[in-house]
Amino acid sequence: MSSHNESQDPGDVPAAIPTQPSRRRFLQSAAAAATVGAAPHLRAQTQTPTAPPAQVQQAVPSRPVTLTVNGRAYTLQLEPRVTLLDALREYAGLMGTKKGCDRGQCGACTVLADGRRINSCLTLAVMHEGENITTVEGLATNGVLSPIQRAFIEHDAFQCGYCTPGQLCSATALLNEFRNGTASTVTADVRSRPAQLSDDEIRERMSGNICRCGAYANIVAAVRAVHEGGGPVSGNDNPNA
Amino acid sequence: MDAISYERAGDVAGAVRAAQQPGAVFIGGGTNLLDLMKGGVARPMRLIDITHISGLDTVTTLPDGGIRLGALVRNSDAANHALVREQYPLLSQAFLAGASSQLRNMATVGGNLLQRTRCGYFYDTAFTQCNKRMPGSGCAALDGHNRTHAILGASPQCIAVNPSDMSVALAALDAVVRVSGPAGERTIAFADFHRLPGDRPDVDTTLQPGELITAVDLPPPLFSANSHYLKVRDRASYAFALVSVAAALQMDGGRVKTARIALGGVAHKPWRASVAEQMLNGQPLTQATLSNAAAAALREARPQHDNRFKVQLAQRAIVRAVNQAAGRAGGVA
Repeated sequence: MSSHNESQDPGDVPAAIPTQPSRRRFLQSAAAAATVGAAPHLRAQTQTPTAPPAQVQQAVPSRPVTLTVNGRAYTLQLEPRVTLLDALREYAGLMGTKKGCDRGQCGACTVLADGRRINSCLTLAVMHEGENITTVEGLATNGVLSPIQRAFIEHDAFQCGYCTPGQLCSATALLNEFRNGTASTVTADVRSRPAQLSDDEIRERMSGNICRCGAYANIVAAVRAVHEGGGPVSGNDNPNA
Repeated sequence: MDAISYERAGDVAGAVRAAQQPGAVFIGGGTNLLDLMKGGVARPMRLIDITHISGLDTVTTLPDGGIRLGALVRNSDAANHALVREQYPLLSQAFLAGASSQLRNMATVGGNLLQRTRCGYFYDTAFTQCNKRMPGSGCAALDGHNRTHAILGASPQCIAVNPSDMSVALAALDAVVRVSGPAGERTIAFADFHRLPGDRPDVDTTLQPGELITAVDLPPPLFSANSHYLKVRDRASYAFALVSVAAALQMDGGRVKTARIALGGVAHKPWRASVAEQMLNGQPLTQATLSNAAAAALREARPQHDNRFKVQLAQRAIVRAVNQAAGRAGGVA
């Protein structure tokens, strides 16, 4: 229960979520974590299954789960079924990571786990104890935006911005992966290191991140610019990526 | 998602023991299982997390010159492992053709073997007919949208296809699946691992209850110089195959010494085109020979009303993939 009640979201409750402001404010400031545990599952429990198993457990007790996110330890009281995405947003109060499809099809929830990009919606928080999680809030270093964050601004690589946190985390990992010589499905011959990070390579390697506004051309330009500029990808450069 | 219990297994024996509890299933990368749980298709009561078992996440060489992929090797790590890229480029290509970078970073080799079909009628519990999800309820795909469905080996009970790219390459390479269960360890030849639907489409594989996949073994690399994985899909990336072909050749000049051809997207399991292979073995690789072999591979095809295009598409994909494997550019059958 360290400092997860200190929201890193600098603003007050945004007007964009008019139906849930009290819940959001409550979640961000909750000290009674056990109480928090019951809230996010009301919807899930009211769904009507068509093929019920022999027994359905009505509830499984929550337990303390310690996650290291952006270098800080968060001890959260979680049921096992809480995804990493929901743990970050609803329990740790880190709203930067976005929930799009919640089914691994859009990439909005992309975060880095020990430097590797993953869909946080398709994994359980409890499975990530002991790892270093980096969310979009952790890409900047001491308030200085990372190169890919600056490039997204310079190249106008977003419109509505909803997919952007996932795009940024994904692009951060992409640049590290390419430097480590990884192949992709458009690499001419997987037996050799891909020669250059072509636009085709960027598009393929970013294909797990959907942008409904269609800012793809500028996203590719931003990634290309950082790659061609060299230098560190972020303050959380990780050799495992 | 229903409430679930969770425990971490420390070793294979512990995992196998834990899996004997009622409603228990293993979780690895979770990319398919959690998706199915969110949709109410899979409803386990207890997850046995196998991702912290040590020793199952490595790629090692075998005494016979083959390699062993631990069941917990992530798809991205398998695709980019030096031994896989250099000696089994077909498998590397197949891994890289699947899903997205994020999902490949999560999904494991063992989990990929157990991917369930992406048939929409299986996935959406609003449909009351699906013999795979609810045995005996019927198959909504037969009279429904079946553009992506099977053209080979289907049954009146189920026309779903296996979605894995990795498995198509493993079928072509004659991999062996190693499992550990309550009755001990055993190996399963790849051709015997996945099932055709028959009258039990709810059962995808020949794994016995409680068995845990521990590794996939590959025979010595015979095809590293001449192989190609071709995936045809509705968009350029991040989509399941309409048709895919894993082609692997041993060439002797312009003559085919040994051909291996497996198809994805056409059947309930990775489909070895054995007849086509036999028609190529020992023959000069001419376009006529190749076209005839491709036609023979689809002779038993029984398409559905929305997917007749797959029969010709699969033939053309075989021709293109084999030509690519042989280092030629040629395409159309």
